[in-house]
Amino acid sequence: MSSTEEILDQPLLRVTNLTKSYGGNAACRDVSFDLWPGEILAVVGESGSGKTTLLKCISAQLACDDGRIEYLMRDGILRDIHGLSEAERRFLMRTDWGFVHQNPRDGLRMRVSAGANIAERMIAVGGRNYGKIRGTAEDWMDQVELDPGRVDHQPGTFSGGMQQRLQIARNLVTHPRLVFMDEPTGGLDVSVQARLLDLLRSLVNKMQLSAVLVTHDLAVARLLSHRIMVMQGGEVIETGLTDQVLDDPQHPYSQMLVSSILPV
Amino acid sequence: MTKDMPRSEPAIPMVQVRNLHKSFTLHTQGGIELSVLSATDLTVSAGECVALMGPSGAGKSTVLRCLYGNYLPQAGAILIRHKGHMINLVGAEPRNVLAIRRETLGYVSQFLRVIPRIPAIDLICEPLVTLGADPEAAREKAAALLTRLRIPERHWSLAPATFSGGEQQRINIARTMVVDYPVLLLDEPTASLDAENRHTVIDLILEARERGAAIVGIFHDAEVRDAVCSAQYHVAVPADSDESSMKADEMNSDDRQDLAG
Repeated sequence: MSSTEEILDQPLLRVTNLTKSYGGNAACRDVSFDLWPGEILAVVGESGSGKTTLLKCISAQLACDDGRIEYLMRDGILRDIHGLSEAERRFLMRTDWGFVHQNPRDGLRMRVSAGANIAERMIAVGGRNYGKIRGTAEDWMDQVELDPGRVDHQPGTFSGGMQQRLQIARNLVTHPRLVFMDEPTGGLDVSVQARLLDLLRSLVNKMQLSAVLVTHDLAVARLLSHRIMVMQGGEVIETGLTDQVLDDPQHPYSQMLVSSILPV
Repeated sequence: MTKDMPRSEPAIPMVQVRNLHKSFTLHTQGGIELSVLSATDLTVSAGECVALMGPSGAGKSTVLRCLYGNYLPQAGAILIRHKGHMINLVGAEPRNVLAIRRETLGYVSQFLRVIPRIPAIDLICEPLVTLGADPEAAREKAAALLTRLRIPERHWSLAPATFSGGEQQRINIARTMVVDYPVLLLDEPTASLDAENRHTVIDLILEARERGAAIVGIFHDAEVRDAVCSAQYHVAVPADSDESSMKADEMNSDDRQDLAG
């Protein structure tokens, strides 16, 4: 949502009454929200609150039991993603969407080079010129602060933080409109986390990305997101502007979460 | 409320607060309810600067935080003139609050709170660039402000996390003053500044009034207040509150649990 544009009247993603159960236990119950273009929505809550299930459902990796998930296609029409053909859905996942996993090994191909990891999505959208693809891959390695000289190295030779940056480059190279992130800084050392957060913050600003970010770390939510949704036991219990929810939480559970942050 | 309009044109109300109520329910403290504001009414027109007055704990910072959409009031209305229309912040969609903040509402908090680890000059440019300004022009404007606020040039490319308190506050001021916001909220903008920088900030505030900004602020320093303000508004502790010694000013979620003791 840039200042020069009028406030758009169509959300990029509309989730209505999403419900998903595992053997009688509801992991997500009646979750509804809109995500607007350029908006970063943080989904926070403790382990088991249903935030990862929610992320998997809305990114079409998991079928939901009930509810609708609509995505604003490039033609300006909101369409239910579970009603798309397999080919259409795959196209979305490879181009319009990005998915950053907590464990970079889940989002990378470990047996091919760093460059090939980035190139894969370019080829998926029709890139054919080898020199150009290699050049773009090197450029993206540079953007995520990886040494482009290592374009031919396999991700297994990279540190955890470097792998995570490579995963981000792999996702952003096709300029997706929507990125799903599952604890993107989760398994990293604090100093590496801080650097990755700064990088993510500058990239989402520069690219005007929309994102749904699942995190249990409220500091990550404060730095990256515009809006917060607090989940407990599969339900959304509070939602609002990020700084408002963190500075003036209304629900007892949100107050407990916020007051549990250890002061440094 | 006394008025001292610098111009003869009819006053354009920029901020209208009507019957504002704000209380905090401390669920982690046995559900204690603290009433901080009741029936606050306030109008600020273009070119005016209203100083919020009252003892520590009266709720001055709470008023500012409500005006910025940072605290959620229980009742009342906060109308802000945004692109020519009075828009109620209370109950507004988050994305509309963000749009109003981006273009209309500037807020200088007491402390630079969340500090992304980016160079000071980039931090200051950011709000302008987000508004679509040319990055080079934004950089020049940021550099001019940094110079006026006496931040040595060798610090511009450093992240402000390691700066002194006074330097951080000046970065905070510059980050807001870099945009010509129609409405400014200032929470003790000169608290930890030396005399020279205090005068620079007074000049910046007067220049903002001159271009027609409506300003609401907390100024403990009488010299600053006398220099910049056109009116005063007394924030009263609600009669039904027995928490008059409570420091609502500093109250935030981190230390709220300490209040009930």
